[in-house]
Amino acid sequence: MDRPKKTEFKFPTHIDEYPTGPQYAAGYLPETNAGWRTFHPVVDNAACIYCLRCYLLCPDGTIIKDNGKISFDMDYCKGCGVCAHECPVNAIKMVKEQL
Amino acid sequence: MTNLADIPKVNAKNMTEKEFFYGHKACAGCGGSIAVRLALKVLGERTYTALPAGCMSAVGFIFPQMAFNTNAIITTFPGSASMASGIAVGAKALGQKDVKTVVFAGDGGTADIGFQALSGMIDRNDDVLYICYDNEAYMNTGIQKSGLTPYGTKTTTTPAGKNLPGTTTHKKNLFEIIAAHDIAYAATASIGYPQDYLNKVNKAKHIKGATFIHVYASCPTGWGIPIETSVEIAKDAVDCGLIFLAEFEDGEYKLNKNPKQFAPVKDYLKKQGRFKHMTDENIEVVIEHRDKKWSRMRKNWL
Repeated sequence: MDRPKKTEFKFPTHIDEYPTGPQYAAGYLPETNAGWRTFHPVVDNAACIYCLRCYLLCPDGTIIKDNGKISFDMDYCKGCGVCAHECPVNAIKMVKEQL
Repeated sequence: MTNLADIPKVNAKNMTEKEFFYGHKACAGCGGSIAVRLALKVLGERTYTALPAGCMSAVGFIFPQMAFNTNAIITTFPGSASMASGIAVGAKALGQKDVKTVVFAGDGGTADIGFQALSGMIDRNDDVLYICYDNEAYMNTGIQKSGLTPYGTKTTTTPAGKNLPGTTTHKKNLFEIIAAHDIAYAATASIGYPQDYLNKVNKAKHIKGATFIHVYASCPTGWGIPIETSVEIAKDAVDCGLIFLAEFEDGEYKLNKNPKQFAPVKDYLKKQGRFKHMTDENIEVVIEHRDKKWSRMRKNWL
């Protein structure tokens, strides 16, 4: 697995279930960041030259390499727009989130 | 020691697909998280990560969330380097050979509060890579001036007004201070030049002993810039000469980028809310300081 997925957090009910300290398993994500967005990126794969600049510079690492195409993990994209701004051929557009 | 020139380069095409800093709660467009994410992608899974109090520990360890996919621990604010020393020595005692210990500290945790531990770690030459992501103030606690805040910055502890242009002191020469320890490898980088940063992390990964990378990472919240421009501004800082890309290796300084002409400093400063109040005289002070520094660097480092 390349990226951790959201895992439901079960609140401890018995003393045995409490962790021994303020630590947890690596990559444990009880919630997503999707609610932070007002804009989300949309890629035009025909225009994309697959230079992977967006992949390098995404602060959240939500851009997925997919056999010569790129896609996004919308659970954790915060919609910052760095990918669209840095794209040398403007293949990524930021589109307002529809509620 | 392996020949450093023979190390295969890591780039966007061949780097691991795995994410080791994922689902964190950093502000949208955070530059520091780019620095941490890229470094961990180069260093790989078998990495011990130590972080002092600062943005990256605040956004990665919100119980029960664990944004780090490597072994990670929050250290005391002044003791991140000494804890990393302990981890590195402990790993050695356990016979672990393919591990690396890395510290991600902010500019305050490096240049001010964590400095004595860092100095001691370099002195003992423990196998630790110390990465300082420099966003030029204490951003996590609400933008207070640090030792690496440049001249003219408006912060909450150095407000700009009629009498003062914000911060009245210049940035500490952190890179030269670290190099003066005769460290095995030290470098400066910027997230605006990601490939250069990846190469430097990759080089440090293959050096046994204390290594240090000072990476310039923007902070849209603290700097007053639009979130999508956080990488662009880090590139502009290098292009206008206020940040330089250099390496220190085997007792020799090397300037990686020596532009013939600098981009206008004013354009870089005026893009940011924290410099908006600066007058032309204030900008002259910045330019004069930059030119002095560059003439010194060109004389001694080339």
